[in-house]
Amino acid sequence: MTAMVTPAAAADALAPGVRTALAELLLTMADDEFVSGFTDSEWTGIAPLLEEDVAISSISQDELGHARALYQLLAEVLADGRDEDAIAYDREPDQYRHARLLDHPRGDWADTIARRVFYELADEARLASIGPGYRPLADLVEKLRREERYHRMHVLAWLDRLGNGGPEPRRRLESALLAHGLDAPTVFTPLDGEADLIEAGILTRSMAAAEAAWRADLTTVMVPLGLALPPSIERSPSGRRDHSDAFDWLWSEFTMVRRSEDGVTW
Amino acid sequence: MAALDEIADPEIPAVSIVELGMIGGIDVEADGLRVELLPTFVGCPALEVIREAVTDRLRAFGRPVEVQTSFATPWTSDRISPAGREKLRRSGFAPPAHIGSVRALPMLGEAPIRCPYCGSSRTSIENVFGPTQCRSILHCADCRQPFEAFKPV
Repeated sequence: MTAMVTPAAAADALAPGVRTALAELLLTMADDEFVSGFTDSEWTGIAPLLEEDVAISSISQDELGHARALYQLLAEVLADGRDEDAIAYDREPDQYRHARLLDHPRGDWADTIARRVFYELADEARLASIGPGYRPLADLVEKLRREERYHRMHVLAWLDRLGNGGPEPRRRLESALLAHGLDAPTVFTPLDGEADLIEAGILTRSMAAAEAAWRADLTTVMVPLGLALPPSIERSPSGRRDHSDAFDWLWSEFTMVRRSEDGVTW
Repeated sequence: MAALDEIADPEIPAVSIVELGMIGGIDVEADGLRVELLPTFVGCPALEVIREAVTDRLRAFGRPVEVQTSFATPWTSDRISPAGREKLRRSGFAPPAHIGSVRALPMLGEAPIRCPYCGSSRTSIENVFGPTQCRSILHCADCRQPFEAFKPV
């Protein structure tokens, strides 16, 4: 068996500034997967088709599992005594760092597809930006990308279906893409320690460069369908800090069990 | 390893965790046994159950047991052994096609998945997603039987 470098030992080998920056990166990635998994799980039981009920539930389960694995790494990097459950559930709503793109109520099916098209392609652009600088994350990302390609296939099939599905689906899709497009680039909100992460080889490119790659990917899927690309927005840290009332409601739902009894686990 | 081969997968009990390729390695050291466990899917809810089963089974050797989950060797469906594939097929699960290091989507545009009941290639994918993260739902046009396939990753 190959000698395993534990996530804790690998974190101890990092310079303090890099370690802090890595924690910020992991928190944003984990919160994105966590919030998107919980929001989409709101479709379980009421998705438009039975097969879709199975699909969106399975995808949500994947995303929550990805969040858990990322929170586990974050717990090792923070080493402040909290485990993944404490990080996931014991924060106040304003301490979550998911992108504003994911900070909306479930909406209708077109909203979900629009949000997921933007997010799945953004997630891939971000995962493709992770370098070998923190080995446990690079290893996990290799595994995540094998699973995420099924999610992209799923949501792009729906984009095509709604885009070519006649006037009503088309109208709803266009309006949802327009509404969520304004928030879509918030996934690439700049990180405080981005330069440190690039220097340490944990990131191979800036969030701005990842966003450019994402726009290129969006162009290849949206332009053939005659759909408009999302506008560029001013890059501001508030893209991961200003949460809506919709998130307060979601937070109260997903922390309900945890708040009901001290120390209860998944 | 033989002891671990007795542990069935909780979600597909026909195959063992060894046949699924979930054991990355076992170190026998002076202070105990260390096992590297490779999750099939990152969010597999059966993982904790498997970890406990491995710990319980190996404690029978009278040494401390440590089970470490690891992604250092990524689990892929190519790790399922020939015996594991045959057992999957016999219990109504089409085994996954070999995918190598290909980044493209593994289920579409390749050779059709054979029906585990009648062997027909006239099958269709009804849903890439299924009742657990590792399973897809298919249908056979010849024996008209729905069946599941192990999702290639």
